[in-house]
Amino acid sequence: MEAQPNTPATSPPDKPARWVMPGLGLFQGLAVTGKNMVQSFYKKERMTTVQYPEERAPISPNFRNFPFLVYDNDPKAGLRCTACSICEKECPPQCIYIVLERDENGKSLKRPKVFDIDLSVCMNCGICAEVCPFDSIYMDGEYELSTDDRFGGLLFGLDRLSKSAEYHMKLRPEQASEVMARRKADEEKKAAAAAAKIAKAKADAEAKKAAAEEKGGEQ
Amino acid sequence: MLPLAAVISEPSLFSLEHLPRLPQRLVELLLGNFGAPEWLVSIAGFLVAAGTVVGVFLGGFALLSLIERKTLARIQNRIGPNRAGWFGILQPVADGIKMLTKEDIVPDKAEKFLHLLAPILIVVPAILALGVIPYGREWTPVSLELGLLFFFAVGSLTELSVFIAGWASGSKFPMLGAMRAISQMISYELPLIITALGVVMVSGTLSLPHIVEQQNGGFWHWNFFTPWGFFAGILFFICSIAEANRCPFDLPEGESEIVAGHMTEYSGFKYALFFMGEYLGLFAISALGITLFLGGWQAPLPGLGFVPTWIWFFGKLAFVIFLFLWIRGTYPRVRIDQLMRFAWLCMIPMALLTLPAAGVWHFTGRGLLSWVLVVPLLLVPWVIVGVIFNKRLAAATRTYTFADG
Repeated sequence: MEAQPNTPATSPPDKPARWVMPGLGLFQGLAVTGKNMVQSFYKKERMTTVQYPEERAPISPNFRNFPFLVYDNDPKAGLRCTACSICEKECPPQCIYIVLERDENGKSLKRPKVFDIDLSVCMNCGICAEVCPFDSIYMDGEYELSTDDRFGGLLFGLDRLSKSAEYHMKLRPEQASEVMARRKADEEKKAAAAAAKIAKAKADAEAKKAAAEEKGGEQ
Repeated sequence: MLPLAAVISEPSLFSLEHLPRLPQRLVELLLGNFGAPEWLVSIAGFLVAAGTVVGVFLGGFALLSLIERKTLARIQNRIGPNRAGWFGILQPVADGIKMLTKEDIVPDKAEKFLHLLAPILIVVPAILALGVIPYGREWTPVSLELGLLFFFAVGSLTELSVFIAGWASGSKFPMLGAMRAISQMISYELPLIITALGVVMVSGTLSLPHIVEQQNGGFWHWNFFTPWGFFAGILFFICSIAEANRCPFDLPEGESEIVAGHMTEYSGFKYALFFMGEYLGLFAISALGITLFLGGWQAPLPGLGFVPTWIWFFGKLAFVIFLFLWIRGTYPRVRIDQLMRFAWLCMIPMALLTLPAAGVWHFTGRGLLSWVLVVPLLLVPWVIVGVIFNKRLAAATRTYTFADG
């Protein structure tokens, strides 16, 4: 193969040098900033800042900050969380602490007795929301979380974490409606499956009975 | 005679023109009436006159710190401080209280005494320099025959205090900042003084009130509206930006590079004093520029004599200060090598050229002939310097050896 000659770097095309008065660019710069300054007094669209405590910029649906737990209808019984601890294990900074609630016999009640998230540790990554198989934990849009209480104020328990499904719908309509539709479909499927199971069990039992009767008849 | 009667017996005291000198005259008259010795009367009068200037410019400093932030905010399409008081008018007060209540930290390795001395030394020369400026026809706090010389002599003290601050802090960033400041200020003081010399040549005096008086009779008599004065005024303005350590020549502070330069190790009220010194220096150098080139307290049109002259002066001062703010909001900071090259290859040759130009202007009778002679004398070198600078910039196009080769 023929060796490629080492071609020099392609230089920008040489423009015919147009002579300008030295220092003219400085005045062009001044004109730009001057225009900005003057127009900021009468053009509304120039002023993009928001006077924060009084007004707030709308947050994007994809804005995520701190996680929250979703409940349907009732804050206690309707909590979707089953205390499966997947989020606790997946959480990279390990800011989630869950204790499963059990009855007096030690049997799991499939709901959390304690569900704490430490705001001072949480890094808002959203992995808990991604891994949750029960559509229970989602990222919140709340960002005014500062407090003067270093310990209690930064530790969010069930009372402050639980928020209604309606809140989720309001915060992130697209995601929430998709979740709701899926849950509804799942529920219907489950009901259908349960019905089918009952029917199958019934049929099985009947078949068994029939078989037993047949056997008994033979003997 | 009753003191009050003495005051009333001097009718010119109560005209607007004499207003800035009213406190001084009042104190002198009152003390005189109470039979105080003459030396006491004059010392008290001087103190009150100095107090007036200091008071006016400290008020101006407070106001400017707010207006600067407001103006920069508007340039960047923001609103600026608007929380403390009506439109943020109490912001300087809030800043002052904050500065006063902050802890005063002196580094362990600092030279304690010099560390304390530097912020004081930076305010004093600025106030001294403000003392010789003629603010109005009747208001020159100290009328010196060699006012211009005094101004520059005292103004150079600023460099000393900046270097004291950098050295005494016993830390790297202040030292680097101070070295930058020294090289910058000395480089730019040269063209600053040379451009001012043109004015001295034409007016034949170093006394600032006399320089102003020679520019009377409408704005076309101001030094700025002569061909040499136009160039000299622009050069003076550029140099004064560098002297006042303002953007785009704010390398001594250069907060993105060397924290805060010579002010790095200062906190609390000492830091505030540095700021005060900087702003007072800005006032002083602008006031001198106005005196030399923009006619001082002269009204722009001959028919406007009924307005007190000091109002014209402060109007011009506000305009020049606004230019400083506008420039700060527009240009990025230059590099130290660009700064020095600009000073020695562009500013000083051009400043030296204004001297023969001023001479030609003076001796050819200030008529059409002078214009014909002086304009090419300055414009041609300016174009040549500009072309050289453009060529240098074009030659500096970077080649990427590895990426392209």
